[in-house]
Amino acid sequence: MLGFMMVIIKRDLLLIARQPADFLNPLVFFVLVVAMFPLGVSPESALLSQMAAGVIWVAAMLATLLSLELLFKHDHQDGSLEQLLLAPYPNWSLVLAKVCVHWLVSGLPLILLSPIMAMMLFLPYDAVPALMLSLMLGTPTLSLLGAIGAALVTGVRGGGMLLTLLILPLYVPVIIFGASCVAAAVLGMPISAYLALLAALLIFALMITPWAASAALKL
Amino acid sequence: MSSVLSPTNPPSAAPPKAILHVQNLACERDERCLYHGLTLSVQRGELWHIKGNNGAGKTTFLKQLAGLHSIDEGDVTYASNTTKVIYIGHKLGLKDQLTANENLSWLVSLSGSSTQAQRYDALEKVGLRGYEENLVAHLSAGQKRRVAFARLHLQYADLWLLDEPFTSLDQQGIADEQSWLRQHLHMGGSVLMTSHQEVTVDGVKILDLGNYALANDLFKRGC
Amino acid sequence: MNNDKWRMPKWFHQMGSPKWFYEFAGPLQLWFALAAFILLSMGIAWGVAFAPADYQQGNSFRILYVHVPAAILSQSVFLAMAVAGAIGLIWKMKVAFMVARSCIAIGASFTAIALITGAIWGKPTWGAYWVWDARLTSTLILLFLYAGVMALNQAITERNTAGKATAILAIVGSINIPIIKYSVEWWNTLHQSSTFSLTQKPSMPAEMYLPLLLTVIGSYCLFAFVLLVRTRNQILQTQTQTSWLQQHPDVTGT
Repeated sequence: MLGFMMVIIKRDLLLIARQPADFLNPLVFFVLVVAMFPLGVSPESALLSQMAAGVIWVAAMLATLLSLELLFKHDHQDGSLEQLLLAPYPNWSLVLAKVCVHWLVSGLPLILLSPIMAMMLFLPYDAVPALMLSLMLGTPTLSLLGAIGAALVTGVRGGGMLLTLLILPLYVPVIIFGASCVAAAVLGMPISAYLALLAALLIFALMITPWAASAALKL
Repeated sequence: MSSVLSPTNPPSAAPPKAILHVQNLACERDERCLYHGLTLSVQRGELWHIKGNNGAGKTTFLKQLAGLHSIDEGDVTYASNTTKVIYIGHKLGLKDQLTANENLSWLVSLSGSSTQAQRYDALEKVGLRGYEENLVAHLSAGQKRRVAFARLHLQYADLWLLDEPFTSLDQQGIADEQSWLRQHLHMGGSVLMTSHQEVTVDGVKILDLGNYALANDLFKRGC
Repeated sequence: MNNDKWRMPKWFHQMGSPKWFYEFAGPLQLWFALAAFILLSMGIAWGVAFAPADYQQGNSFRILYVHVPAAILSQSVFLAMAVAGAIGLIWKMKVAFMVARSCIAIGASFTAIALITGAIWGKPTWGAYWVWDARLTSTLILLFLYAGVMALNQAITERNTAGKATAILAIVGSINIPIIKYSVEWWNTLHQSSTFSLTQKPSMPAEMYLPLLLTVIGSYCLFAFVLLVRTRNQILQTQTQTSWLQQHPDVTGT
């Protein structure tokens, strides 16, 4: 089964390499959104550093949403999703493989870009590890829960907007804990509780996504 | 050349040589009953041509057999767990941004493996020599269909489930395909296909879903 | 087939038949309507006019008699929707999907009422219409979840598929319910902690507490009544092809 997942991961990474725009654009969007705040709100470092945690997290969430719709869309349109579902391996392994690819091209770059974003918003250097840790635990959760939404709206008219509406309520706890984690680090307070909560959400997502997304794909 | 199916067939175990046995299958779409109590057996070497107007449920029937569509009523039983089935749907399942060779490679590796030489061989058999390293996006519709069929030459399957396999093919392509179907049947394989066109293979069994619904008065009641 | 997985009693499968459900729910909905009317009018009249004023909040607390039932129901209806959806998925029952579909608008309305009455109550009590504490935020999320389920239901045109998709979404979203319920215990929130508990005596005096109990039970009866009406409506809309409905007195008018 691992071989099956590797076939999917390699194939999808090759496809992305041939048409990178689909996944580069959300990352550019991430940087632009974060840059809007000093430009649109205020370049005062005191004000920005207070908002930094939340702004980076919300921007990360929006960037993830942009690339989520594509998770199953192309495969659904050209029929290769059918072939993947027919393979003699459980459908949830297909879902996990796809989520892996999504995280590699969406979540991981966000984590790597976050120190730069922190600098743009004057987030104190001490809080950057907390930012990266919270993103490391949070972005896989965003990809997993997002996969459920993407699977539900596959083939539905108006899918992109609908996907956002379906997924945002599920994302709220992740945003709250992620941003609070960074805010606590700024104040010098311990972050282990927030990390534990993010980990709990990740485990919940890991448990429910395989079932829910593969059931939704078969609809 | 046609077999009559009716919902009054008593339930029975699958006959010994049957590759596939369908018992009391039903399908409903939007509260309209497409078929109900459908029962049939597919033996080795048989070709079933599924006919019916648009919306009669031909594609849904194939998908239920393949396992892509949920079955709310009835049973689909294969001869054994190891019965190999290849389904080629209306959408071919090829990625536009991969070459013909790469597409065959990942399609086959879902349930088996293949070497480059084998893939080139299969593409030659379907008349695409020289096109192996072309992106599928640059191929014509007929050529894309041939790439999809190359998989049938690459991987042996007991049962082929084909949805409108003649679409986009020219005269030569259709003739080629009819001969591949005959070859497959000759080797002991079976085929279930939908098509608006006639299939010129001896001993074709016909399932007419449109007439089936009319004959069993399905329009007057739900499933 | 799936039905052999767990042995369910005969009445369970009978309920799955639209015909049986339609007949069974007909008289039942009238009883629920009556119970709802009596309990709600008694509860609200008692609570608004006759219960003693709260020593801290004065008379503004009386909105509790609308706010608390609405809040309780908003969560219960979501759970009912998720359970009905799960039953529909496991036992492939159309009626279960219809019940789940009926719950959406009912639950969204209760949630909206809870949020609005909460805001009206919050202004004199906390000085603000809204605060971003755990319970209020998670109830707002609940409203968004209802909106999402509603949107998904409308976006998918094939009814059966829509039923299955909304069932999956409702099941995934029901994680929010324990978060709402226990949010007042897990976090230091501005919102007060639970009024009702199965194990402890309530901290309110009986004259305040009893009308609340009446309105809560009355609201459940109201939910049941509206649910049955809406589900029967769906049966009428979708089973037009069947002979039992075409000959039914409700349709032929005899």
